[in-house]
Amino acid sequence: METSKLRKRTPANTLLDLAIVAPAIGQAFAKLNPRTLMKNPVMFVLEIVTALTTVLLVRDIVNGSASVAFELQIVIWLWFTVLFANFAEAVAEGRGKAQADTLRKTRTETRAKRMVMPGNTEVYEGVLADDLQAGDLVVCEPGDIIPGDGEVIEGIASVNEAAITGESAPVIRESGGDRSAVTGGTTVISDRIIVRIMSSPGTSFLDRMIKLVEGAERQKTPNEIALNILLVGLTIIFVFATATIPSYAAYAGGTISVVVLVALFVTLIPTTIGALLSAIGIAGMDRLVRFNVLAMSGRAVEAAGDVDTLLLDKTGTVTFGNRLATEIVPVSGVSEREAAEAALLASDADETAEGRSIITLVQEKYGVQRQPAPAGAAFIEFSAMTRLSGVDIGSRKLRKGAIDSVLRFTREQAGAATPEPPGFRATVDRIARSGGTPLALADGGRILGVIHLKDVVKPDVKERFAELRRMGIKTVMITGDNPVTAATIASEAGVDDFIAEATPEDKLRYIRDEQAQGRLIAMCGDGTNDAPALAQADVGVAMQSGTQAAREAGNMVDLDSSPTKLIEVVEIGKQLLMTRGALTTFSIANDVAKYFAIIPAMFVAFYPQLQVLNVMGLSTPQSAILSAIIFNALIIIALIPLALKGVKYRPIGAAALLRRNLLVYGAGGLVLPFIGIKLIDLVVAALHLA
Amino acid sequence: MTAIGWLQIVLFCAIIVAITPVLGAYMTRVFNGERTWLTPVLRPVEALLYRTAGIDEARQQHWLTYTVAMLLFHVGGFVVLYALLRLQAVLPFNPAGQSAVAPDLAFNTAASFITNTNWQNYGGESTMSYLVQMLGLTHQNFLSAATGIVLAVALIRGFARASANTIGNFWVDVTRCTLYVLLPICIPYALLLVWLGMPQTLGAYVDATTLEGAKQTIAVGPVASQVAIKMLGTNGGGFFNANAAHPFENPTAFSNFLQIISIFAIGAALTNVFGRMVGNQRQGWALLAAMGVLFLAGVAVTYWAEASGTSTLHALGLTGGNMEGKEVRFGIVASALFAVITTAASCGAVNAMHDSFTALGGMIPMINMQLGEIIVGGVGAGLYGMLLFVVVTVFVAGLMVGRTPEYVGKKIEAKEVKMAMLAILILPLMYLGWSAVAVVYPPAVASMANAGPHGFSEVLYAYTSQTANNGSAFAGLTGNTPYYNFTGAMAMLVGRFWMIVPAMAIAGALAQKKTVAASGGTFPTTGGLFVGLLVGVILIVGGLTFLPALALGPIAEHLAMQAGTLF
Repeated sequence: METSKLRKRTPANTLLDLAIVAPAIGQAFAKLNPRTLMKNPVMFVLEIVTALTTVLLVRDIVNGSASVAFELQIVIWLWFTVLFANFAEAVAEGRGKAQADTLRKTRTETRAKRMVMPGNTEVYEGVLADDLQAGDLVVCEPGDIIPGDGEVIEGIASVNEAAITGESAPVIRESGGDRSAVTGGTTVISDRIIVRIMSSPGTSFLDRMIKLVEGAERQKTPNEIALNILLVGLTIIFVFATATIPSYAAYAGGTISVVVLVALFVTLIPTTIGALLSAIGIAGMDRLVRFNVLAMSGRAVEAAGDVDTLLLDKTGTVTFGNRLATEIVPVSGVSEREAAEAALLASDADETAEGRSIITLVQEKYGVQRQPAPAGAAFIEFSAMTRLSGVDIGSRKLRKGAIDSVLRFTREQAGAATPEPPGFRATVDRIARSGGTPLALADGGRILGVIHLKDVVKPDVKERFAELRRMGIKTVMITGDNPVTAATIASEAGVDDFIAEATPEDKLRYIRDEQAQGRLIAMCGDGTNDAPALAQADVGVAMQSGTQAAREAGNMVDLDSSPTKLIEVVEIGKQLLMTRGALTTFSIANDVAKYFAIIPAMFVAFYPQLQVLNVMGLSTPQSAILSAIIFNALIIIALIPLALKGVKYRPIGAAALLRRNLLVYGAGGLVLPFIGIKLIDLVVAALHLA
Repeated sequence: MTAIGWLQIVLFCAIIVAITPVLGAYMTRVFNGERTWLTPVLRPVEALLYRTAGIDEARQQHWLTYTVAMLLFHVGGFVVLYALLRLQAVLPFNPAGQSAVAPDLAFNTAASFITNTNWQNYGGESTMSYLVQMLGLTHQNFLSAATGIVLAVALIRGFARASANTIGNFWVDVTRCTLYVLLPICIPYALLLVWLGMPQTLGAYVDATTLEGAKQTIAVGPVASQVAIKMLGTNGGGFFNANAAHPFENPTAFSNFLQIISIFAIGAALTNVFGRMVGNQRQGWALLAAMGVLFLAGVAVTYWAEASGTSTLHALGLTGGNMEGKEVRFGIVASALFAVITTAASCGAVNAMHDSFTALGGMIPMINMQLGEIIVGGVGAGLYGMLLFVVVTVFVAGLMVGRTPEYVGKKIEAKEVKMAMLAILILPLMYLGWSAVAVVYPPAVASMANAGPHGFSEVLYAYTSQTANNGSAFAGLTGNTPYYNFTGAMAMLVGRFWMIVPAMAIAGALAQKKTVAASGGTFPTTGGLFVGLLVGVILIVGGLTFLPALALGPIAEHLAMQAGTLF
């Protein structure tokens, strides 16, 4: 399967890309606006306490307090913490904006040829694409950019969709059928079509795509909302934990300065995940876009991570889509070579994939060389009526085709009912039973043998499905084949289940049944008759090459129109959730070390014995507090690349995945800050900062 | 520490593990409304009760109806108990001639008994008439225990049911719980306690002449019947002031062992009920394992701390462990074990003075309560408290497997997280908050028996115990003042009901959800990994919040003691 080396339209920008980092720094300051920051409760709380501490600092400067230098440093690092969080979000947005700008160039210049009188395709007026309303009819001629999303109602044209898909090979768009949808921003290369515009200004596919990659329309996903609630809850708990300390200290005969309390509070609240949460979401969406998939909502991306069952089309996903010849079985009395030569001649002018595969097979397996077609050879093309093809060379009439058609042909040639050669029927049955397609091969009234055409399963799909199974995802193959053929391919490819002779209703029913059992289903589709199933599925990926109806029914659009994309979509969904979980765990686990840094520092003045709790051996109380605050700020910057790139997804099953991530982010989150704070303390002490 | 001591601890654990599936199976049948071996006897009584009260037992309730029914039931219970306390002087069964209980103490006591706390700012034998002990206190011991159990069952139903709007019928659940679970155990249990030497009489206090010729009044009463439910229902309110340290309330080492078994029995069995109802007993065992890990860690520390004694005592030539405040008939291990069990579960009965424990030995009971009484916990309350932590754990770590977190087939989403956090955050607000006020409020400070960190621990312990609905006292603190009576009652009421209402909201939300089929991609919640994770989240989210307070209380005291300073 080619999915492992999927072409990415836009390479992932490196973090150090100056074009993104420079504006992001500016953005980080702009985002200090409390109204913007309010959307992120943890960071909003952080900004409030930071502002409060700044006021206290000013007061202390005016009063000339002794600890001004220490307080100043704390305040500076608190502001850095807020700025780093804003910066993380700005970088994530910046990467999306870079993509959006390219897209936007396509849109702005477009002019449309709007028809003035219905029925008269020759009279049109030039208008700006932005002024088009849904229902307008426009004429598109070679070289024109199609001004908006719509449907071809007249004509057929080849269209270059590179602006949307990145794929420069033109595609055919024609009225009626499953290829009638056109997308604004794509270019007509040949012929003339009339398009009915379907989208209102500002809501076209391109517009949505721009907003999506920019993050402008980003709404919090269900999981993100729940996570935010958790973070707010933890923040409130830590308000209680810190706000009660001054009273306890007063009882013990000590005092704690507000700056120190703020420092403890800020290090305890989950600033790390709070700072990176929106960057993770934006980056997840961005990753999907780079895989050439557009999700209509973040909710859909999360649902992809939850998928239990994948409905996969056989053709293109499981198999190559064309049946290929794998053997030629001669009947008794006919040599293998004779049959092979006849097959070669009969297929000489056959340009279908099957025909070409027969030629390849004959040459490679039977060593027969292809000769130039004999003079006077008259080729008989395949037709749906006759269901056979071949060649007439003089009086010799070679045919290959469906069994009953060829048998009818031999009867006609022989002029009488001839008995089938012995073993012929057995071979035909064997091939059919194995899921292959038998073709009969005849020379006039004489049957020579059977060609075995087979649906060839793509290499390494089996491993891929096994991987999915380990992740608990069931794969279901959908095919129009009969149950026997379907079962053979299903077992060869290692899918868990199949639907043979599948109609759109079958798919819909299957989805509903699975959902009733509490499973989440993903599928992809392109035809109008797929639309109900796409809408019913929890994740419906519509092909960009499909109809408008399908594209509207699904909640994602695959610009490459590759049915295997579904697997990547699931992985990206999982990665998004994993990244959030990993950083949340990391953030919470960090608290242990921070407690051990700050608590002894706070209380040692009146209970000197609590110095024992200073397990890191931090040099002074002030240095301990400052080091914890600095660590808390720097860890945000350090984790930005991880937030943007995402935690690596491994198909090893949930239990193994959890063990691994817990070890890295849970245990790592416990240990790392002990080391980090100690190192920072050494630097702080060396520089005599506190 | 001795081998025989550890053997007692191991034996205790083994018996609890053995009881769990048996009692769990029985209780599952009771709450599923299935036939049990007691049905032939009890069914007529049960049916008669429903008929008298006009309850339609087939009618299922929405979570809100269920919760409102529960709250109304408690308002009624509160009013009756308060009235009994205030009017006891004019009511019968008062051979000792106890006078009316003061309003603030009556308020505190009523709040204490309806919330399954059984915090006692009074001495039982010197304050309460037999009528109050039986009709008021023992009665609430049954009902508050039954309430806790049925709320846990309702929450379990939320997990177990799919696409349902209802979580059971409160009246039916409470009736069945009392009739089929609590009474059938308590009646033989009380008789056994009588056989072990516990009084059970309505007769007056006995006057005796001591060897020196002094006259002594020996308090007796209907003790055994109250002690049985006090232990089984994790209530903990003693008939006597000295609670389970009193020879009439805990005569022998055997009665002591029996009592600690009965504290954990129902709480542990409920984990099995959970497993059975959600269709996988291993889910229940995982919860019990997490509780077990925390429990054993606590026992080990307290036993070690008490058995090691203190350097100050050693310096005086007193070798061995710390026996101050302990009964010689129990010794160190039975006292340490009792202290950890009574605070792990929300019982609160004590057989030794926690105030006299070493600083670290006394810190463990405090931590047990601060974690929210989820280590087996109060009957029912322990399980729903634990499930709240499970919701948080599954949500935090569940994302790490790349799926929307789910637990026993239910997706954990915004609503569940919101309710779980709401319930969890009320604990620190109550005990940290009230303690913070008390330690700087001079009249409250005056109640402390000791200065410095030890006095601080007394106050922290008091509010912790009341908020967590434990009811054990560190002692030392003079709690019967209007200030402590009132604030303590607030802590008990908020600590109980602020947990319950969100837990029930979760039950309702979960019941409505579809049950998701488990697969290889599902976050595993039965193995050791999950148990470890749950313990970690409980300690970090639930425990770290108290580190500053603990540092200023027992930790500072312990370190000072090592340096030779005592408080």
